[in-house]
Amino acid sequence: MNAIIHHEFIIYAHLWLIPLAPFLGFLVNGVLGRHLPKWLVTTVALLAPFASFSAVLCDSNASLLPAVETLPFPWLNLPGLHIDFTLTLDQLSLVMVLVVTGVGFLIHIYSVGYMHDDPGYARYFSYLNLFLFFMTTLVLAGNVLVMFVGWEGVGLASYLLIGFWFQKPSAASAGMKAFIVNRIGDFGFLIGIFLLLASFGTLTFAEIATKLAASPAWTGGILTVICLCLLAGATGKSAQLPLYVWLPDAMEGPTPVSALIHAATMVTAGVYMIARFHFLFDRSPFALSVVAIVGAATALFAATMGLAQNDIKRVLAYSTISQLGYMFLGCGVAAYSAAIFHLMTHAFFKALLFLAAGSVIHALGGEQDLRKMGGLRKKIPITFWTMTAAVVAIAGIWPFAGFFSKDAILYAAFLQGNGGKVFWFVGLVTALLTALYMLRLWYLAFFGESRSHDVHAHESPWSMLSPLVILAALSVCGGWIGIERFSAFLSPVLGARSAESATPHLELYLSILAVAVALEGWLIADKYYRRKTERPAQVAAAVPGLYKLLSNKYYVDEIYNAVFVRPLLVISRYILGWVVDGAILGGAAWLLGGIATFGGAILQRWQSGNIRSYAAWLAAGAAAVLLFVLLVSSPHTWSLLLLHVESIHRASHIAVTQLTQAGH
Amino acid sequence: MNFLPHDVPLTWYLLLSAALFSLGIVGFLFKRNIITVFMSIELMLNAVNLSFVTFAHQWHAVKGQIFVFFVMMVAAAEAAVGLAIIIAVFRVRATLSVDRIDLMKL
Repeated sequence: MNAIIHHEFIIYAHLWLIPLAPFLGFLVNGVLGRHLPKWLVTTVALLAPFASFSAVLCDSNASLLPAVETLPFPWLNLPGLHIDFTLTLDQLSLVMVLVVTGVGFLIHIYSVGYMHDDPGYARYFSYLNLFLFFMTTLVLAGNVLVMFVGWEGVGLASYLLIGFWFQKPSAASAGMKAFIVNRIGDFGFLIGIFLLLASFGTLTFAEIATKLAASPAWTGGILTVICLCLLAGATGKSAQLPLYVWLPDAMEGPTPVSALIHAATMVTAGVYMIARFHFLFDRSPFALSVVAIVGAATALFAATMGLAQNDIKRVLAYSTISQLGYMFLGCGVAAYSAAIFHLMTHAFFKALLFLAAGSVIHALGGEQDLRKMGGLRKKIPITFWTMTAAVVAIAGIWPFAGFFSKDAILYAAFLQGNGGKVFWFVGLVTALLTALYMLRLWYLAFFGESRSHDVHAHESPWSMLSPLVILAALSVCGGWIGIERFSAFLSPVLGARSAESATPHLELYLSILAVAVALEGWLIADKYYRRKTERPAQVAAAVPGLYKLLSNKYYVDEIYNAVFVRPLLVISRYILGWVVDGAILGGAAWLLGGIATFGGAILQRWQSGNIRSYAAWLAAGAAAVLLFVLLVSSPHTWSLLLLHVESIHRASHIAVTQLTQAGH
Repeated sequence: MNFLPHDVPLTWYLLLSAALFSLGIVGFLFKRNIITVFMSIELMLNAVNLSFVTFAHQWHAVKGQIFVFFVMMVAAAEAAVGLAIIIAVFRVRATLSVDRIDLMKL
């Protein structure tokens, strides 16, 4: 009704403007950036995400959803396969694209301060805009193929930004590691796309959903296979077991990149993809339980690794993996709206954690080791207070954002039959560990005596602090909307929330328990890292095996190296490199080259430089051709020629006779 | 219309053409002065022209005559380009001997 009355006041921005703006920013800064003054680079870089964000806000009127736009040219038009470049904005993609462009814009502002003195300033912002272009394409995709384009594109942007400081060998190899590990997952995703095409004959989300709805008895079978393939893609992009190994190394990139790509947006693409395909996963209980198992296992596993890390960014990286595990757990118990809710709040507080960590690193002149921090509370108070908001939010303490979303996932898991209780318990233990490792970081960085060599810790400029303050406000208030209203908003896409229990006040009891567990984690951290700082070392000494296992991250990298990387390297270097490339291909190439050289040396003699010898060869050739024509092509020519010679003889004879007669 | 005497047989014209052509080849092969070489080429072209005209007369076909005009045209163009090249080469190498114009040799 409102929409009709206020029709003329509704501004509708075309959906393709949302990805286009960052793409233009990428083009301008990528092509011309080196020659432009810095203020212009900054303006272009900030204008692009701001324009996207404004366009999203214009389109966020719920009465217009879902908006579908198809670019007016065919994209793929093959016999039996017609795919358009379609963008769709519905409630789900609206939440996601708001987070992407909103948080993305804040991180762009932060980057202006953080990257101020970097010689690659323009290159950095062109990559960052490129990322936003692909990420908005991924989110707004109306069919799987457009999503895949965005999916691969964000992988590319991630690679470029992890290896941004490519002069550093560790950064360059971290970028390659991220790219290669993602390739494994993407292989699964691609197989899933092919299977979808074979089973449904279309790749458009809406059409697949319609076809599934038309056959309600269709469960399991090929659908399970498709779901597992898609899950493989999601585990790669969202850093879940067993493909999580790239994310901790991705911390080699600039810190704002870690905040935007490797915490808030790109790594949540897997969760988004599963939620987008919820109609498919709902038909395969087996695939759903695999999603839940992967999520719960990753959440717990990564949380334990986060306990024993000393690099501030690596703690946050393992925390991100762990929180993504929560989201997978939420998807796995079919609580998609809870998973998306956690995705949103996590984007706020984890982006804030990374940005605040970046501010700490900036203050200490590049120091990332928690053991060399301490006592920063008074020196950088704004960073301290904003980070506190994020730490409390991720720990899940009421009434901060993380509490609401984590609680919604745990509650949904608890209601999910008997297996759900196990998931719930794992989630609860993870919540304890989360509070423990986050507050450990907090105490180590901000409390106690300064262990830093650099005593001149300084607060960051306002371009860095203002995004911190805004994100801190979101980390505090982001959850107040509540899961009921949030899932009601998403219900046109994800269906109504079915989590209702017969037991009264169950949700309240579980919430109280979760907060109690989080506070317990806080108390342990307080005891170990503030009051009795000698205790952690004693505990580590008491169980040296366990401590070594944790601080070495369960030796997973080493195991992967031994099982996959080294055999592949050996095959590449010796069998493919030496035998195939060196001996077979190289030998063949050498042989061909030798023949050419040898033949050339002989033929070269004709090239005497003497024009008359060339002419002689030319004449000889012409004569040879003439002979060939005469003798071979027409054998009768000989007789004709002889006839002519005879006639010449006769003619001359006649002429001579006539002349002699005339003489007489 | 008939430009050629009837009582001279075709063969004689062809023999004359062959003789002129052979003279051209011999001059082309054995003269060192590039201008003489050039003139030998013209000689060969005109020997061919003669046989064209002869056959055109013999078979009463006008195509042969047309070919002659084409050959003349090409010969004129070739003479212009060729003489220009010769002058350019002479400016650089200060010689007209074909034996000494061998910079492209491997």
